[in-house]
Amino acid sequence: MSVQLSLTVNGKAVKADVDERTLLVEYLRNQLALTGTHVGCDTGQCGACTVLVDGRAVKSCNMLAAQVNGGKVQTIEGLAAADGTLHPMQAAFKECHGLQCGFCTPGMVMSALDLVARHPNADEKKIREELEGNLCRCTGYQNIVRAVKTGAAAMAK
Amino acid sequence: MGANDMGPVGQSIRRKEDSRFLQGSGQYTDDVVMPRQSYGFFLRSPHAHAKIRKIDTAAAKAAPGVVAVYTGDDLTGVNGLPCGWLITGTDSKPMNEPPHPVLAQGKVRHVGDPVALVVAESAHEAKDAAEAISVDYDVLPSVVNCVDALKAGAPQIHDGAPGNKCYTWALGDKAAVDAAFAKAAHVAKVDIVNNRLIPNAIEPRAVNASYNRAEQAYTLYVSNQNPHVERLLMTAFVLGLPETKVRVIAPDVGGGFGSKIYLYAEDVALVWASKQANRSIKWTCERGEAFVSDAHGRDHVTHAELACDKDGKFLAMRVITTANMGAYLSTFASCIPTILYATLLAGQYTTPVIYCEVTASFTNTVPVDAYRGAGRPEATYVVERLVHQAAVDMNIPQDEIRRRNFIRKFPYATPVALTYDTGNYDATLDEAMKMADVAGFAARKAESAKRGKLRGLGYSSYIEACGLAPSNVAGALGARAGLFEAGQVRVNPTGGVTIFTGSHSHGQGHETTFAQIVAGRLGIDMANIEVVHGDTGRIPFGMGTYGSRSLSVGGTAIVKALDKVIAKGRKVAAHVLEAAEADIEFKDGKFTVAGTDRSKAFAEIALAAYVPHNYPLDTLEPGLDETAFYDPTNFTYPAGTHICEVEIDPDTGLTQVLAFTACDDFGNIINPMIVEGQVHGGVAQGLGQALLESCVYDPDSGQLLSGSYMDYAMPRADDIPSIKVGTKVTPCTHNPLGAKGCGEAGAIGAPAAMMNAVHDALLGVGVKDIQMPASPHRVWRAIQSAKA
Amino acid sequence: MYSFELKKADSVANAAALLSQTKGKPLAGGQSLVAAMKLRLAQPGTLVDLSGIAELKGIRKEGEHLVIGAMTRHAEVAASKEVQSIIPALAALAEGIGDRQVRNMGTIGGALANNDPAACYPAAVLGLNATVNTNKRKIAADDFFKGMYATALADDEIITSVSFPVPKKAAYVKFVQPASRFALVGVFVAQTGSGVRVAVTGAGASVFRAKPLEDALGKSFTADAAKAVKIGASGLNNDIHGSAEYRGHLISVLAARAVAAAG
Repeated sequence: MSVQLSLTVNGKAVKADVDERTLLVEYLRNQLALTGTHVGCDTGQCGACTVLVDGRAVKSCNMLAAQVNGGKVQTIEGLAAADGTLHPMQAAFKECHGLQCGFCTPGMVMSALDLVARHPNADEKKIREELEGNLCRCTGYQNIVRAVKTGAAAMAK
Repeated sequence: MGANDMGPVGQSIRRKEDSRFLQGSGQYTDDVVMPRQSYGFFLRSPHAHAKIRKIDTAAAKAAPGVVAVYTGDDLTGVNGLPCGWLITGTDSKPMNEPPHPVLAQGKVRHVGDPVALVVAESAHEAKDAAEAISVDYDVLPSVVNCVDALKAGAPQIHDGAPGNKCYTWALGDKAAVDAAFAKAAHVAKVDIVNNRLIPNAIEPRAVNASYNRAEQAYTLYVSNQNPHVERLLMTAFVLGLPETKVRVIAPDVGGGFGSKIYLYAEDVALVWASKQANRSIKWTCERGEAFVSDAHGRDHVTHAELACDKDGKFLAMRVITTANMGAYLSTFASCIPTILYATLLAGQYTTPVIYCEVTASFTNTVPVDAYRGAGRPEATYVVERLVHQAAVDMNIPQDEIRRRNFIRKFPYATPVALTYDTGNYDATLDEAMKMADVAGFAARKAESAKRGKLRGLGYSSYIEACGLAPSNVAGALGARAGLFEAGQVRVNPTGGVTIFTGSHSHGQGHETTFAQIVAGRLGIDMANIEVVHGDTGRIPFGMGTYGSRSLSVGGTAIVKALDKVIAKGRKVAAHVLEAAEADIEFKDGKFTVAGTDRSKAFAEIALAAYVPHNYPLDTLEPGLDETAFYDPTNFTYPAGTHICEVEIDPDTGLTQVLAFTACDDFGNIINPMIVEGQVHGGVAQGLGQALLESCVYDPDSGQLLSGSYMDYAMPRADDIPSIKVGTKVTPCTHNPLGAKGCGEAGAIGAPAAMMNAVHDALLGVGVKDIQMPASPHRVWRAIQSAKA
Repeated sequence: MYSFELKKADSVANAAALLSQTKGKPLAGGQSLVAAMKLRLAQPGTLVDLSGIAELKGIRKEGEHLVIGAMTRHAEVAASKEVQSIIPALAALAEGIGDRQVRNMGTIGGALANNDPAACYPAAVLGLNATVNTNKRKIAADDFFKGMYATALADDEIITSVSFPVPKKAAYVKFVQPASRFALVGVFVAQTGSGVRVAVTGAGASVFRAKPLEDALGKSFTADAAKAVKIGASGLNNDIHGSAEYRGHLISVLAARAVAAAG
């Protein structure tokens, strides 16, 4: 049993024939070799799999690839410029030491983009609340919060 | 070698490794795909304790896409998993070490115990086929509590461990302690459960194992903290292979916290099976699976007493602990509640005599081993809860009772085997109190009371022993391995440098901090330094990363290799500059003839060594590539004071951490930004233990009730406030970096600070004693009980 | 997960027909269903994807009712200026469901059809005396919730929208279970056209109305009146996160806080 998919990933149109069961994260990692999006749990809570679908942060482990048919997906690999210049949010995470092992980081950065789009002037309290769907075991979140604030300010320029 | 005269050392250099992580081009083990990749799935026991009557794999073997199915009976010639630390009991006999089979043989002993391995063309097919395996179990009664397991009549888990006892071990002078207690003006007492935790690194464990028939050699990609240790244990003790025939590669690893130190059954089974099936086999642990197969942490039950004189001076301490080993001995399990625990019971204090007795028991639970702090959080919790209680009992202010007992003369030989080299406990306490505005607490408490809330303040003046370890000391205490570290500095002909280190980085930033050390010493650009770790095929034999050892031991190995490089460089420079070696100085990246302006840059000397046209070939080999192995002469002793302020809502029992202050002495600091990050992360895990995380087993069925993130509360961003971090520096006296290490301190100091704050908050409503985690339900119940 | 067939419906009638033919399950946001299928706890043979059905979308005022289409995402309800001004308690409730990623996918129709015992929307629907509109009929809130994960919906019945009568005052207070962030106990209090309603989620097998609180608040709509009501442990959930007694206690505490927040 398979489904025919037609969608845009990081600006490129892609077509595929996938097993119905294929989760969006499996499609991205296994079929498109975009391994920057990670799987950290099986109850849809850790957020390491967060990508943007039509501009909104979603957990790619908790949806079927088929649910995104016709949609636009952006993953961590699609953020930096073609010449390698980091997106301001990526640069902010590096500047603020908002990552240690890096495993939660792609999901964290994509989530931050959605957060900033909705709440461009979020304060520390709001950022902490809005990061509820992204677990980190390494950083204690403090530098991630600073990074999101710094990235938001840079993006506002 | 001071921190100030070494270029980038001491600066918050942004991390080199971030580029790949931020762009999604890190390579974690699950990202690795091999040619003709097959997939593994482990069938696990659903029962806590059962005999296996029969396993029928016929249907599974015939299922679509299946390559092979293996059970314990198939693994002939494969030994059990070893324990790396021999503990000798108070009866002078070695600990009970029952077999730890790779796949269950005859019996299963915990929910999650692996029973069979299915290898198939896809992950789905492997899982589907596993459901077709039929296992006939005779369910047995089980026991999950470490104290209950020792009682008469408890279900017997191993034939080789009567009464489910692994060992009873003791440290200290019991008679002297008893005598001191007899003279005490006051005895403070605590009963503590150090709650079982699940490490939960966000990257699950993963393996990709393959066998190459031409080389008759295996390659194992594994999410692991110490590839050489993994390789040595697997080849020498379990599979009976020459070490050189297994290459272990730990690529990017998404957090470990101890849980990825061990030689796991899955690692062995998959390596073995890759040859049997002649296929590369990929396995990534599912999260629910991780809950029942990753080594758990902590799980102690303790009664402790502190004898004081009338002025609150500590006279003696006695600690009786029961520790849960789980169903089998994990790689370092035995030393966690003994060597890494009892030896820290002096804390920052001059308590003259201490006695600690530990009984370790087997239960029908997942094996328990080191988890961030490994024994030291447990010790700190005992000591600091006792000190807090003594202060409350005797009406002495919390900071004052600590000051009356601080060690001030160094080196200080504790009564529990360790000698602290240096420290300044007054400095970290004073600074922490200032940063936390302790002076203003009374007013804040009154303001909380107006809003019907209970505010509390808690201290934790902790010490830890890390920088594992002097091998001879470790060996005398039962370690079956050495604990040195290796560092290789390979200068490339054009002057760039590649560092090969036995330390492993799974978040700690070694690719940057080690480069800082090298850049500072050699005067070259950090961009020209590459740090290689995690591959037994490329690095010299090292013991890996845990126990906050990377900088003090791994970093020192690199320093010693740098010493050799510079020493050789001076000989080369002497020849090239036609001067005496004794007149050659190396400073700011240049070899200079003393008192002149004649010099050669480091890169020029490097090139000369690799293109030896003008070279003392009769007395010196070409090349510039040096290795050093460094065995530390002592542990290192980071210490500090953490202060926590909480506010409790008595109507719901919810505890909010309003402020957390950490002032730590980590010796010299290479990268302050990275050190702060380690403190943040450690404190978050400490908060998790104190307030949120609880690994719960059903006492009757042995089922794990907290089996996923739906029931195991991981700290989230809104659970934690911004932490104030300060440092004081007393450089370590016995390594050239003066570094003590910092990776675990947060997890070690924080739980006691938080729980002392909770106790402080609840004292006013009559709650004397509350265990971790101080969940809303537990706090509310305690308040109700106190009212009754 | 197990294999299944995926069908995409282009209208409500089409979806109902597909459900009837295949005995499958409707797929809304998938936040509960896909999760259950991944754990192999659910194994529908067919999924009927509702995401392409235009008539299931939208938020609109109809007379004295706020009508929300079944496929409206939680994030849309939370951000809607209409909901924020007409029934602010509903927008605030939607903002507190799950986390941001879940809110971008999860739908009100899916949440109600699933009827998780600790979900938030059931408390709003029961508390506000809303009507669940399906392709076959209109179901009053009091008749909709039947038990744990059980509702009055037939197998081929699809929620099309939910009609919320606009209350005089309303508020929802949730005390989270710290791991799942679902409600350990959540209380929705409303002063409606037909009197005070108090709906409780997380504490029982399914959302229920707390009559003692409704009676007390009917007499005196104050936080103190709510706090004085003692809810016993009988029939309440008991698990590793809280005893039945604790949940009973929280119901009164949260009801009092909801009354205070309702203004």
